[in-house]
Amino acid sequence: MRYVKADAAKCEGVRACEKICAQTFFKSEDPNLSAIRVTKKGSAYEINVCNQCGQCIAVCPVKALSRNQAGIVMVDKKTCVGCFMCIGFCPTLSMRRAPGQREPFKCVSCGQCVKKCPKGALQMVEADHAGLPA
Amino acid sequence: MSHDYTKRTAYHEKVAELRKAHKVLKEWSFTPSLPERGYTNRTLFVNLTTLEIKEKPVTEQMKDLFVGGRGFGLWYLWQAIKPTTKWNDPENEIIISPGPLGGNTQYPGSGKSLVVSLSPTTGIPIDSNVGGYFGPLMKFSGFDALEITGKARNDVIIVIDGQIGKVYIEEAPQEDVNSHAAAEQFTHMYAKDHDDLRNVSVVASGRGAEHALIGCLNFSWFDVRRQATRLKQAGRGGIGTVFRDKKLKALVVHAPPVKGDMNRPADFDKVAKVGIKMHKELADFDLKQCNMRRQGTAHLVEIMDNYDLLPVHNFQYGNHPDTKKIASWIWDKRFTQGIPDGCWYGCSMQCSKGADGHVVKTGPYKGHIVTVDGPEYETAAGCAANCGIFDPDWLLEANFYCDTYGIDTISFGTACAFVMECYQRGILNKERTGGLELTWGNAEAQLELLHQMARGEGFGVIVGQGVARMKQIFIEKKYGDPQLIKDIGMEVKGLEYSQYQSKESLAQQGGYALTNKGPQHDEAWLIFMDMVNNQIPSFEDKAEALYYFPLFRTWFGLNGFCKLPWNDIEPPDNHKYPPLEAAKVPEHVQNYCDVFTGITGRPLTKEGLIAMSETVYQFQRVFNIRMGKGRREHDLPPYRSVGPVTREEYESRQERYDKQLKEWMGIDPATKTIDEKIALHRKYREDRYQKLMDAVYKRRGWTADGVPTLETLKRCRIDLPEVVEVVKPYLK
Repeated sequence: MRYVKADAAKCEGVRACEKICAQTFFKSEDPNLSAIRVTKKGSAYEINVCNQCGQCIAVCPVKALSRNQAGIVMVDKKTCVGCFMCIGFCPTLSMRRAPGQREPFKCVSCGQCVKKCPKGALQMVEADHAGLPA
Repeated sequence: MSHDYTKRTAYHEKVAELRKAHKVLKEWSFTPSLPERGYTNRTLFVNLTTLEIKEKPVTEQMKDLFVGGRGFGLWYLWQAIKPTTKWNDPENEIIISPGPLGGNTQYPGSGKSLVVSLSPTTGIPIDSNVGGYFGPLMKFSGFDALEITGKARNDVIIVIDGQIGKVYIEEAPQEDVNSHAAAEQFTHMYAKDHDDLRNVSVVASGRGAEHALIGCLNFSWFDVRRQATRLKQAGRGGIGTVFRDKKLKALVVHAPPVKGDMNRPADFDKVAKVGIKMHKELADFDLKQCNMRRQGTAHLVEIMDNYDLLPVHNFQYGNHPDTKKIASWIWDKRFTQGIPDGCWYGCSMQCSKGADGHVVKTGPYKGHIVTVDGPEYETAAGCAANCGIFDPDWLLEANFYCDTYGIDTISFGTACAFVMECYQRGILNKERTGGLELTWGNAEAQLELLHQMARGEGFGVIVGQGVARMKQIFIEKKYGDPQLIKDIGMEVKGLEYSQYQSKESLAQQGGYALTNKGPQHDEAWLIFMDMVNNQIPSFEDKAEALYYFPLFRTWFGLNGFCKLPWNDIEPPDNHKYPPLEAAKVPEHVQNYCDVFTGITGRPLTKEGLIAMSETVYQFQRVFNIRMGKGRREHDLPPYRSVGPVTREEYESRQERYDKQLKEWMGIDPATKTIDEKIALHRKYREDRYQKLMDAVYKRRGWTADGVPTLETLKRCRIDLPEVVEVVKPYLK
């Protein structure tokens, strides 16, 4: 599976990642609609994005979360009942909900943010998900 | 885990054939609709005698005064019955309502149905709070409540199909009556396909409820991980008995697929935000606090034992060396871990644990592989410890058969413990029990009682009448000392005690006996606050707790909530409040106000929440009076719940009781015999209870006879002419 790996030390808060993510999936530049989030902590930045660990899969009461063939954890919005337990139980706090949205959303490792980051703080890496929750 | 959690005996293979035998008695059409701000604004009325089906409007007065859930149930029952109505009269009703907040999928514990009926064991209204999907799915089909009256001639089912807008009454002769099989059969029968299974929920009871008065209802949901129909119970007060008396085999609801905003809340974001906050709290702290997600309420077994609160041998003792055999660590292994166990979507507390792979040892299902829903604490304490049975496999067996036969595990546990003590004391013997040796720990005899209830034969039928009737029967037959029989029969108003020792907590003695429906812990659980932490020392302190907590907890039943996520998980900084405030878990109370406002759009303060409950609570007290059982004389506990009845009990805690003689009464125990000391304790403790009653009645706005005054009814906006008429004769 591939996932976005962040190197926060390189981040300068440009937030191009947030904009492209929100634009790609919600046709908006509202950072609240981005699956990747940049937060300023003092003079530095923190980057939060799903690492595709799959801990959320077992939490879902209706099996709306599953890995696709590439190993990416996907939300099936048709099945989802909007309980948001996956948000509360995400170990990295990377499952999102946008105001007005009935279902959660998350990073699907599309790689748009990696391409847009001018500082090289993001990279797409491959990992074996064989031992991770499926 | 050593078992396959999807493997179990199937009961649904021939549902097409079973359905062919149905005869449609009545078909009725309606326009399916979703709620608006939590209310569909109509309820469904079904008369099984006349086959009338109709919808009724929900009035603004109903919403304003009675809110929903238990409130709607009590209001409909009030209108349906007379003071002379008995539980098995056709006009007795069963009302099921989820409340306006029920069915939201964001806040943990939001899927409860409240069931109200005239109880066979108490003769007054009973309300029972149950999980499973039925209530929310019924609301999302178009109804805030289902009101059932009359009696069918043959076994029938009521089907509410919210996908196509139809209600049917059908004769259903061939399906199982027992719930674990019936729920599975009806679920598969009415689902269109595999994905639709979770849109069906079934209410059923069992063969036991046909012959016992302590019958329960099972509410189902389809567990997509286990591929199993799971069950939760509306246990207390015998509603399953009313259900079978009406010849109801099942209620089936088939609803549109659930989405998160189907209550069409006023402010969905507000509800989602507070729900997510609670999920995070449970994710972070449940393991460090109650461990509900792994062990459910069974985590309490050894805690109660450690505090001398676990009922052992019919509440004689509070702990036992063998408790470790049924303690939480046993259930941690026995419950299937790592899969969601909520009885409604979004319950991250996940206490509906399932023991998969149980191979049934006895009775008609011997050899079947079943998933046992539980045991919960009350079942473990009642059916196991209280009966001296410390064996997890036998406990699972009793739990399974109680559920599928439609028998309340709490009442059964307390009733079984009572007859075992009667056997110990010679009140019963082998001849009187029809050959059953009801010795402590005899699990096979306990199971045989259940099978006899289901078959309608033998001593099991007597036990199924409940403790109050057994006391009468044993006294009438001169089986033993009447006072002893009264003292050790653990019931008030006809309802069996739930499973906590209250001898050393005066507040909890009131918490049990000063309840509207009889002694359960749905109203108040004050033992730690009172006995362990001594936070409510005076009568007035205890009275304040017995005012606030019953009202606060009533609110859950009006709105479709479970009590557990209120204080079985707490914010880590809850200790910042003074102890009495901390016990209320203020942040969570605010959560409930926020969810209420988020869904209904009506502002609600913490004080407003209590006032909302008090209207219904006072109304229920008046309802009891109307039915002849809501005054001081009906609020008296059996002495076993107050102090030591027997020499063995006294001697088992002699140091404690002797110390109390010195400290409380200024009496030197060395100068007294055991019998004298028991008598002194009794006098002191019974007097103390009377003083508690005085203080509680005053705080609740009741007369010294326990009757709500006109001022109280007016303050609570429940001074309706028909309500005032009931209390007036007692206020002269």
